[in-house]
Amino acid sequence: MEFKTPEQEIQRFRSRVLAASAFVIICFGLLVARFVYLQVIQHDYFSTRAEDNRISLVPIVPNRGLIVDRNGVVLARNYSAYTLEITPSRIKDLDATIDALAGIIDIQPKDRKRFKKLLDESKTFESLPLRNRLTDEEVARFVAQRYRFPGVDIKARLFRQYPEGEFASHVLGYIGRINDREKRKIEDDETRAANYRGTEHIGKSGLEQSYEDELHGTTGFEQIEVDAGGRAVRSLARTPPIPGRKLVLTLDSKLQKIAEEAFGNRRGALVAIEPGTGGVLALVSMPTFDPNLFVDGIDSASWDALNNSPDHPLLQRAIYSSYPPGSTFKPFMSMAALMTGKRTPHQAISDPGFFWFGGHRFRDDKEGGHGTVDMAKSIIVSCDTYYYHLANDMGIDLLSRSLGEFGFGTRTGIDIHGESAGVLPSPEWKKKRFKKPEMQKWYAGETISIGIGQGYNNYTMLQLAHATATLAAGGVMFKPHLVKYVQDVRTDEKRLIEPTPIKKIPIKPEHLKVITDAMVGVNKFGTSSRAFAGTEYVAAGKTGTAQVFSLKGAKYDAKAIGERLRDHALFIAFAPADAPKIALAVIVENGGFGAVSAAPIARQVLDYYLTGKIPAGAAPEQVGAE
Amino acid sequence: MILQRIWRAIINPIDPFLFALMVLLIGFTTLVMLSASPDRIEAQLINTGVALSAMWVVASISPQRLQLLALPLYVVGVILLIAVAVFGDISKGAQRWLDLGVMRIQPSELLKIAMPLMLAWYFQMREGSLAVRDFVVAAALLALPVYLIASQPDLGTSLLVLSSGLFIIFFAGLSWKLITPVMLAGIIAITAIIATEDQICQPDVKWPGLRDYQKHRVCTLLDPNKDPLGKGFHTIQAEIAIGSGGWLGKGWRNGTQTQLEFIPERHTDFIFAVISEEFGLIGNLGLLLTLLLVILRGLLIAAHAATVFSRLLAGALSLSFFTYAFVNMGMVTGILPVVGVPLPLVSYGGTALVTLCLGLGILMSIARHRTLLQK
Repeated sequence: MEFKTPEQEIQRFRSRVLAASAFVIICFGLLVARFVYLQVIQHDYFSTRAEDNRISLVPIVPNRGLIVDRNGVVLARNYSAYTLEITPSRIKDLDATIDALAGIIDIQPKDRKRFKKLLDESKTFESLPLRNRLTDEEVARFVAQRYRFPGVDIKARLFRQYPEGEFASHVLGYIGRINDREKRKIEDDETRAANYRGTEHIGKSGLEQSYEDELHGTTGFEQIEVDAGGRAVRSLARTPPIPGRKLVLTLDSKLQKIAEEAFGNRRGALVAIEPGTGGVLALVSMPTFDPNLFVDGIDSASWDALNNSPDHPLLQRAIYSSYPPGSTFKPFMSMAALMTGKRTPHQAISDPGFFWFGGHRFRDDKEGGHGTVDMAKSIIVSCDTYYYHLANDMGIDLLSRSLGEFGFGTRTGIDIHGESAGVLPSPEWKKKRFKKPEMQKWYAGETISIGIGQGYNNYTMLQLAHATATLAAGGVMFKPHLVKYVQDVRTDEKRLIEPTPIKKIPIKPEHLKVITDAMVGVNKFGTSSRAFAGTEYVAAGKTGTAQVFSLKGAKYDAKAIGERLRDHALFIAFAPADAPKIALAVIVENGGFGAVSAAPIARQVLDYYLTGKIPAGAAPEQVGAE
Repeated sequence: MILQRIWRAIINPIDPFLFALMVLLIGFTTLVMLSASPDRIEAQLINTGVALSAMWVVASISPQRLQLLALPLYVVGVILLIAVAVFGDISKGAQRWLDLGVMRIQPSELLKIAMPLMLAWYFQMREGSLAVRDFVVAAALLALPVYLIASQPDLGTSLLVLSSGLFIIFFAGLSWKLITPVMLAGIIAITAIIATEDQICQPDVKWPGLRDYQKHRVCTLLDPNKDPLGKGFHTIQAEIAIGSGGWLGKGWRNGTQTQLEFIPERHTDFIFAVISEEFGLIGNLGLLLTLLLVILRGLLIAAHAATVFSRLLAGALSLSFFTYAFVNMGMVTGILPVVGVPLPLVSYGGTALVTLCLGLGILMSIARHRTLLQK
């Protein structure tokens, strides 16, 4: 190192100080550049980030709309109760926690099972209910020991409740926790996804499902300022939720109840419709189930019981199950014959008790036949031979086309999901239905049994009631509906589900009179005269029997075959005959003759609806053969 | 008359220019603390009182006397560091504290003053006969405590101690021929790290000589969004606070990032984010200017200092002050890795404040004694 004088030394030092100063200023310049970049250039971006940080949108779930019947009887409502909820992601040992909780709160094995099921279904970090409807005492006990249970909370929640239990459950349906599939569907629609933030339940069946959008309401939001720990600091703004709308049904719950009770423990379905509007007065599927079981996840024991029952209580028999209409088809056959000119009312046949066709003998129920039979008599005594002839004369194409006018084989469009179309047989239908070419061909012999409502014929009770109501209304067809109007509970504004006339079938009044009179005759001195003895009103009706089990020509003996193989009993009716207010169709599965089991149920329903008479609960009387 | 003499005795050791800047900074700090962490304001005022007293005491001591303290302080400091390595308490994963029974001390803090004192004293001793050998000795004197501190591990303090020593060596006249290649190598190394970030930040890659958490800090700096809720959280939240402050800031006590506690360590190492959020770019520039004036004043004192010792010491202390400021603001704004370096005179914390005020006191002493010595 070279030698330096103190002056040189100082000079060099000062130059280094200058260099250092320059370095300092350059570095600070770098910082200034960074400040400008962050605070000026990127300012908007970071402002947004800061706002996102501090503001959290908390959804406020709206109250679900009520469902009431036409008289205001509440069928579905909400009530507030405390639930014990666990956030599994915050708990290390779930079983130990639940065991500890069981020490202070009553936790049944079924609660645990249900919780396990919910746990398997949930993939997010949501909190899941372990026990619902805690008592005040349980709430107090838990609160006192809350510190022991991080990740466990008590929440006040609104619960859906069906106060009438098993009553009308197939109409109301039920709500349940949103599952993954439903969640994905909701998330496909952006506005719907926003509206379902915070919502945990959704309509799964019945009206709860089909009117989901009306019942759900609009979710409100609260803007909450949160700190870094996620704790709410204060509320900034609140958009209140709009409660779900109320459904006011056309259904008459008393009528429904009388119908359900009339079935006793028998299986079957009944649909009653107001002919002038299409409003459904009663829609019964028996047996029923308790929809309350489903609201917070059904426990497996109850589920197994419902699912494995031979009576299939979850089956919607009124709109999903379809049955051969049997002789209840005959008034419609006759009307079609009149309208197409294939028969006049007085054209008569001589009934030997059978009809020969293509080497096959089509039997009538009555051995030896009914003698001379015109149209009215064919309905009153339910003569099969008359209709074998008629079906043969009409041919399948005309038959199928003209019966189709009454809605047979077409979904009615009722306002709940799960409706079947049934089967209105035709050569085209057969071609589509079967794959093998030899099965696709229509045989003229098949037309014959179609005429008496057997064969491939298959309709829902809703279709049958719908057709009966259309007939009763002189051919004016209304779309059946369960909801009378939807009401906004804040403004009381009502949205009517208008009676929607679908079409007018050109029925001549004199033709209508022929059929109506004949059907009145059925109840007065025909097959259901015992069931309808002494009514204060004039009712038109028709009995029917649908074969479950083919007897292959042998004589039917109810006692000799198993209960499940017995015929289904059917009945259609409308009343009062001159100005119909109600039309119905009823089936009692394996009920035997329609007059025996189905007609008395119809009688009770009509009695109540038209006269207010409440049945004494008598068992259906035994009456003679159809 | 007597009062006047006492007053004169009090203000005599004080450099008015430096002191005015300090008052500005401390006043500003108080304001910021009232917003960021009002419950600590009392402790901060006590700390300030202690630190200013210490400064006054040191400022009253002449550089010649301070020179006598250099060797003993350095020796004691190194012994304590060794003691920490053997007996020290472990807190937050690092062994930094020594429990003396009465009090817990952090010997590494002592070295921030003792290191430049020691090296300045050494070069003063070698004045006139400076040889390459002396730089080697100086480097060795520097390396020992830096190694001990770095292995505690305390990267921030070891860097500060290292830089204070390097500044002395720089001012002592280390040839540019040596400095330039080292700086170039450093720039190349940093560029290489940034360029190969994806590979070297893989979890299974070990960095020679650095702990895992140190590696993570560097990797987090390179891409804070990789771990937004974990290691990158500090940096991201600080940047949001700074950026959302804009030109004029959100106003005192109105910073949402601050008040809602999104800024971590908002009263200590990250207090600059609070300032940026509530006082904006204007506030930052004002703060930066004040700090710059402190540094330039220090360098001016160095330029006019009388002896080699005071010259080197003043220069190194000024640049150390700069290092604090630059590293802190650099890490808070996300251009440097997060190392525990406070913002000088602004961050809350007694130890750092006292250390910095001791340094400023030494500067004042040097400033006052340059003329006295020449007489």
